[in-house]
Amino acid sequence: MAETIIFQSKPARPAPNRTEGLLPWIKLNLFGTWQSALSTVIIGALLVLYVPQFLNWAIFTSTTSTNADACRAAGVGACWGAVVEKYRLIIFGRYPFDEQWRPLVATLIMLTMLVVSCIRYFWSKWLVLGWTVTLAAYFILMYGSLFGYLDVFGLSKVTTDRWGGLPLTIMLSTLSIMLAFPLAVVVALGRRSHLPAIRSLCTVYVELIRGVPLISVLFMASFMFPLFMPQGVTIDTLLRVLVGITLFAAAYMAEVVRGGLQSLPKGQTEAAASIGLSYWQTQRKIILPQALATVIPGIMNNFISIFKDTSLVTIVSLYELTGSHGLAFNSDADWRPFKLEGYLFIVAIYFVFCFAMSRYSLWIEAQVNKSKLR
Amino acid sequence: MSTGTDNIIVFDKVNKWYGNSFHVLRDIDLQVRRGERIVICGPSGSGKSTLIRCINRLEEHQEGRLIVDGTELTDDVKAIDRIRKDVGMVFQQFNLFPHLTVLENLTLSPMYVGKIPKKEAEERAMTQLKRVRIAEQAEKYPLQLSGGQQQRVAIARALCLTPKIMLFDEPTSALDPEMIKEVLDVMVELANQGITMICVTHEMGFAKAVADRVIFMDQGQIVEQNTPHEFFNNPKTDRSKDFLSKILGH
Repeated sequence: MAETIIFQSKPARPAPNRTEGLLPWIKLNLFGTWQSALSTVIIGALLVLYVPQFLNWAIFTSTTSTNADACRAAGVGACWGAVVEKYRLIIFGRYPFDEQWRPLVATLIMLTMLVVSCIRYFWSKWLVLGWTVTLAAYFILMYGSLFGYLDVFGLSKVTTDRWGGLPLTIMLSTLSIMLAFPLAVVVALGRRSHLPAIRSLCTVYVELIRGVPLISVLFMASFMFPLFMPQGVTIDTLLRVLVGITLFAAAYMAEVVRGGLQSLPKGQTEAAASIGLSYWQTQRKIILPQALATVIPGIMNNFISIFKDTSLVTIVSLYELTGSHGLAFNSDADWRPFKLEGYLFIVAIYFVFCFAMSRYSLWIEAQVNKSKLR
Repeated sequence: MSTGTDNIIVFDKVNKWYGNSFHVLRDIDLQVRRGERIVICGPSGSGKSTLIRCINRLEEHQEGRLIVDGTELTDDVKAIDRIRKDVGMVFQQFNLFPHLTVLENLTLSPMYVGKIPKKEAEERAMTQLKRVRIAEQAEKYPLQLSGGQQQRVAIARALCLTPKIMLFDEPTSALDPEMIKEVLDVMVELANQGITMICVTHEMGFAKAVADRVIFMDQGQIVEQNTPHEFFNNPKTDRSKDFLSKILGH
């Protein structure tokens, strides 16, 4: 009888590394083909041409003088003095000057809470309590009391039409994101319901909202809605606008969430049914965790859009960050020529927030996709 | 509510259509005794999967009566919930929950449906994982396991409900040949412990080893049913002879 040959597998070894060092990387990625070499040269030339010009304007010949005449002098580049002069107005809008510590503190509290909510360590039921306290503190600080109640802190009353700038931008986006997200999930589930009434209701809602621009929703909320209210009943414009943005954002988000729901195989629902889970248990424990994990990039897109879309509330006379920039420069003939510097200032603010959001999105994607790693 | 016999499942002239035209189950009459082990086979599209999926109401039948453990399946949601607690199911594609660990897959239903404390659910889960010989993988995620291991986890998940009936829907069809045996071994062990089992499979060795009865289906009907010995050695109909020559011929 022939002897059995013992098979022995070769030991695994690491993959060969093709791009070691800077030079091979440049050669491979910037000059790999003649098309790539050509575009490298063209883009390089444009950068050499314009980057020094921009740096010259923005840094080397710029001034931080708060004297508008000094800025107008020949050979002077960017006038950052315009920002120094106007930053309080840009950031806080029409909020009474002497009371501006209130929006500052309120916004810092809210930002702290936002950061805390993003950290896994703090994900528990206490967040609900934390947010309740945060929102109450925000409104007491901003308004002076909790809409008439808890008027015990001796703060003067500042009506919502005076609120503005970055605090308004942050509050509007935070609240509309917090309200729109659960609504979007419910609507997305509703569109897949087997009950025809719920399904059509959700479809009609999504199609109606998607069929109109946000500006017209804001107009309706701000100017037309009061016409339909009974005499003497008024609802705060800010509240109406908040509801408008929320309803608008939720319709878009619902479609993103629905995309995630569609991506799950039917077997998941069947397996959940076979072990006796109810509809809501199945959605909460099985379907939504997976569906939402797959659409994190899309949802974060929505969140970032909402943050920037809040700039449209200027149209109904609420001066958030973009609006208060206009407020700062449009009516001041001395400083109006230096509007651009102001714009760059708010661009930087928007960018910091949006970039933070997209980095956070990447991190959370990595967190929830752990189970897919081998 | 007893049906008067010791039948745990009774199909009485059950009919089902997909859409308006596809008559998938035609006048199904079937009685399954408590503790009986049944293998259903037949060509694809013959309605075998649909038949067992009716038992835990993953599919609805439109005509006839279907009684499971004394409860008739109707639109009554409470009855469906009750039956699903007593019927475990194993799918061809495993259908484990990929975002939960193996242990969480197993404790989910005992905790949320059975309402037993987490600790007890975990103990129960570990017992079942040992039973399918995979206890050391409890903390892993399903996609980190091989197909055979995943299917054994799926069997353990179904067993965590302590079901009276186990349904298997082609449990080895999606597996690599090397892994089929480890799953079949677990199923044979289970069969020897007295649970009622209905298994859609083409593993004829398994049928011969454990089945009390083989049911052959074609075009939505039960064509022939007999003991495995009789069915394999002495098929009665031309359809079953033809089918057996195809699956045993190579």
